[in-house]
Amino acid sequence: MMTSSLADLSRALAERRLSSVELTQAVLERIARINPTLNAFVTIDAEHALADARAADARRAGGEAGPLNGIPIAHKDVLMTAGLRTTCGSRMLENFVAPYDAHVVAGLKRAGTVLIGKTNMDEFAMGSSNETSYFGTVKNPWNVACVPGGSSGGSAAAVAARLVPGATGTDTGGSIRQPAAFSGITGLKPTYGICSRYGLIAFASSLDQAGAFGQTAEDCALLLNAMAGHDPRDSTSLDRPAEDYTRLLRARGSPHDGAQPLAQLRIGLPNEYFGAGSDPDVAAALDTALAEFRRLGAKIVNVALPNVNLSVPVYYVIAPAEASSNLSRFDGVRYGHRAAKYDDLADMYKKSRAEGFGAEVKRRILVGTYVLSHGYYDAYYLKAQQVRRLIADDFRRAYEKCDVIMGPTAPSTAFRFGAMTGDPVQMYLNDIFTTAANLTGAPAMSIPCGFDRSGLPIGLQIQGDYFAEAQILDVAHRYQQATDWHQRSPALNAGRGTRSL
Amino acid sequence: MKWETVIGLETHAQLSTASKIFSGASTAFGAAPNTQASPVDLALPGVLPVLNKGAVERAIRFGLAVGATINRRSVFARKNYFYPDLPKGYQISQFEIPVVQGGAMTIATAQGEKTVRLTRAHLEEDAGKSLHEDYHGMTGIDLNRAGTPLLEIVSEPDMRSSEEAVTYAKALHALVRWIGICDGNMQEGSFRCDANVSVRPAGSDTLGTRCEIKNLNSFRFMQQAIEFEVRRQIELIEDGRSVVQETRLYDPDRNETRSMRSKEDAQDYRYFPDPDLPPLVIDEAWIERVRAEMPELPAMRRLRFMATSRVDLIEIVKSRSNVDQEGVDDELFDESVPVLQASALKATYGLPQSDATTLVSSRAMADYYEGVVATGRVDPKLAANWILGELSAAMNRAEIEIERAPISPVQLAALLSRIDDGTISGKIAKEVFDAMWAGDGDADTIIANRGLKQISDEGAIDKIVDEVLAANPAIVAEFRAGKEKAFNSLVGQAMKATKGKANPAQVNAILKKKLGA
Repeated sequence: MMTSSLADLSRALAERRLSSVELTQAVLERIARINPTLNAFVTIDAEHALADARAADARRAGGEAGPLNGIPIAHKDVLMTAGLRTTCGSRMLENFVAPYDAHVVAGLKRAGTVLIGKTNMDEFAMGSSNETSYFGTVKNPWNVACVPGGSSGGSAAAVAARLVPGATGTDTGGSIRQPAAFSGITGLKPTYGICSRYGLIAFASSLDQAGAFGQTAEDCALLLNAMAGHDPRDSTSLDRPAEDYTRLLRARGSPHDGAQPLAQLRIGLPNEYFGAGSDPDVAAALDTALAEFRRLGAKIVNVALPNVNLSVPVYYVIAPAEASSNLSRFDGVRYGHRAAKYDDLADMYKKSRAEGFGAEVKRRILVGTYVLSHGYYDAYYLKAQQVRRLIADDFRRAYEKCDVIMGPTAPSTAFRFGAMTGDPVQMYLNDIFTTAANLTGAPAMSIPCGFDRSGLPIGLQIQGDYFAEAQILDVAHRYQQATDWHQRSPALNAGRGTRSL
Repeated sequence: MKWETVIGLETHAQLSTASKIFSGASTAFGAAPNTQASPVDLALPGVLPVLNKGAVERAIRFGLAVGATINRRSVFARKNYFYPDLPKGYQISQFEIPVVQGGAMTIATAQGEKTVRLTRAHLEEDAGKSLHEDYHGMTGIDLNRAGTPLLEIVSEPDMRSSEEAVTYAKALHALVRWIGICDGNMQEGSFRCDANVSVRPAGSDTLGTRCEIKNLNSFRFMQQAIEFEVRRQIELIEDGRSVVQETRLYDPDRNETRSMRSKEDAQDYRYFPDPDLPPLVIDEAWIERVRAEMPELPAMRRLRFMATSRVDLIEIVKSRSNVDQEGVDDELFDESVPVLQASALKATYGLPQSDATTLVSSRAMADYYEGVVATGRVDPKLAANWILGELSAAMNRAEIEIERAPISPVQLAALLSRIDDGTISGKIAKEVFDAMWAGDGDADTIIANRGLKQISDEGAIDKIVDEVLAANPAIVAEFRAGKEKAFNSLVGQAMKATKGKANPAQVNAILKKKLGA
């Protein structure tokens, strides 16, 4: 049961082969057994989860159950959950309980999901390895000596280890896609503005976007259906007609019918994504994946993204700038950590923030404060915003020649703990392929496409034009119907807890 | 050396919206601390600002009223600094591109009319309040005010004396109330000014170093603070020292300004566009909707009160719109003409400038005046005299605004029409007015009940005059001996005999006839 995808579990629930209570109990048992090794969860709420599951089964009995009714999920601990603490991976919010649900949390609640708990993450979503969490590192289920990726490392590890069938994440510079790649699962970052940011603790407001983790594209589509939608409480939320993100997945025949389901598809390959720098195993897996896409009928075209190599420096100006301002509210005055002893107001601010924030958060606040300072604003922040537009123009031109853009999600597979903590720039370069989609606001996802020589998963990134979620989900879905990388699960998965549906 | 004072004002007008600029919490004054602070006002994690369109609409109204440019696209920016009553650690304001740009106010000074140019007006949110009393050495924070919408109106340094600064501030105060965007309550902080003050040798065209005096919340304090500051700066320079650019606070108890922080201590606010708020886009249709709902403005109404004929009025309007004022939207004046043709010229008032200026000091006063005249029963000048005389005096005594006056425009018109038609004299009318103010009923009732109706019966007055002449032979003799004043004495006797009710004109005429004068 636990190895089944969210979509399969949804069908099992619908056909009454399984109850939500049974499923939730299995999930809680598995978490109790495996989470101590992985540290994927910060907070587990078994009592409410079982109550949610009973309510879901009652709704099902009453004939009012959608596809997510009774499905256990976990939320990244950056999303507000009314009554359940939200730490953001920080000492600053160690005991913070919000009085409201984030928009995406409320949407998934309405859809009938069962909230299992909150997942570990890099502190304030700042990190690519989950090593900056105040609540300890999350272990990669494929190799516990390796990082799961970040910042949504807890959600990714939980789904990869089959602790939950689906989870939410947020992606500011790759924080869904890179951990999805490192953990061998599917992760989707939608177009900026598709999912309201209300109740999402802001890291970088113009880049933050909530998204979903699952085993498959279909799982992500089902979750996105419940997360998307206009929200008047977020002025950057887009007011668009509701979409069914699974619609294309059901539209055509499968490749097993002998058809070429991706016959119309033009896949853009940016030269910039295939130069030196990527791990040779990653490059080889990409080649194999592209061969599969060709077999499915897709055409490969070369595109140029001449400014995309500037994504990381631009990102590491804009994101810290916004963060330095967004994190000012954590001042110890109204909520959150306040130093026990202080001499005066300035001392209270200094001590509370010095104690409440970890090193990476402080680094980014310092960088952000610097680039917004009088005399530096034009050279850094304004310049970065100008280059951001150039990068968006690159993609606009590329999409005149192709429908989707593919490449590796990350230049390497999961690295070992501590491998990059001494060199923040090296760590930041891990975001080289992911930050552009945040800077432009376009959708992107990562799907499993192989393993390296040491058995760590490799991710393929599929980027689409604005509002092309349904399309990239469809492309991923066709690939997943033809391959089984997404069905591989780590060895942790063996043993108790599996049974056939 | 002769010194010239240069003053520019930054005014914070609290906009009269029911809810805050970025949240749905109420803006009502005086609630228990922190009962009007939503999660957005408290800056809980994950909450986001949503712009109140009512605040924007009021900014547009202001921009139209001062003939400014309404920027079709303006940008909200974050002003970053730490303070306990600033919950987000930044204030959402407008920096590089404000909603209102340019415009001007015309003020009446001792030297005649003067134009004060406006630099800009931008939308921003207010902070909360830090409470230092009653917390035993700790500070209390009340966030009820946090997020209250403000329009910060910045003038050019066009004022040359404390009187001009106060005149400008009063005109601005009257205007924001007139157009209904701010209640103008200075005690509650709804309208407060910062004054930028500098001095320079008369005739110089470079500006001296300025000091900013913060948070002036009364016109009297503003005048005193500026006067103190001007003296201080002149003394510094004349002593061979120089003015240091700084922010100062006025202490009304000691009537002095004191340094608050110098330029060196000034914070770097790290302004940048707020990524939570898309640029504010105002389309033509929105501006036109607001324009259509604009009331006639005080400047125009004043001119209309002064005009003696329709032709005269149109001439005034035209000459005014030709005045070349930088940043002033001439169209506004041109477009006012049809409004005038339609409504105003049913009546021309021909008031002197001083009357017109005072009557437009508030919209309620001007409306009251027109309410009296609109009855068609009262001479426009008589109505102005009574409103600016008896009514204003009574309001001052009772310390109330005209909105609360116990006598309505129609009631006052009924009284004044009794002077016009000879029922009572002006003197008796004052007695009736006092009775009306005291709540004794309307004019005709009081006149009837108290028997105050003027005696206009020829025969009755004739009889009274005969009695007066018979009773005062000495005065009659004086008159006949050429003492003109004696005549007035005889009129007085006749009026006294009728308790002031005799028609004075008739008494005069009859007396003259009988004395053969």
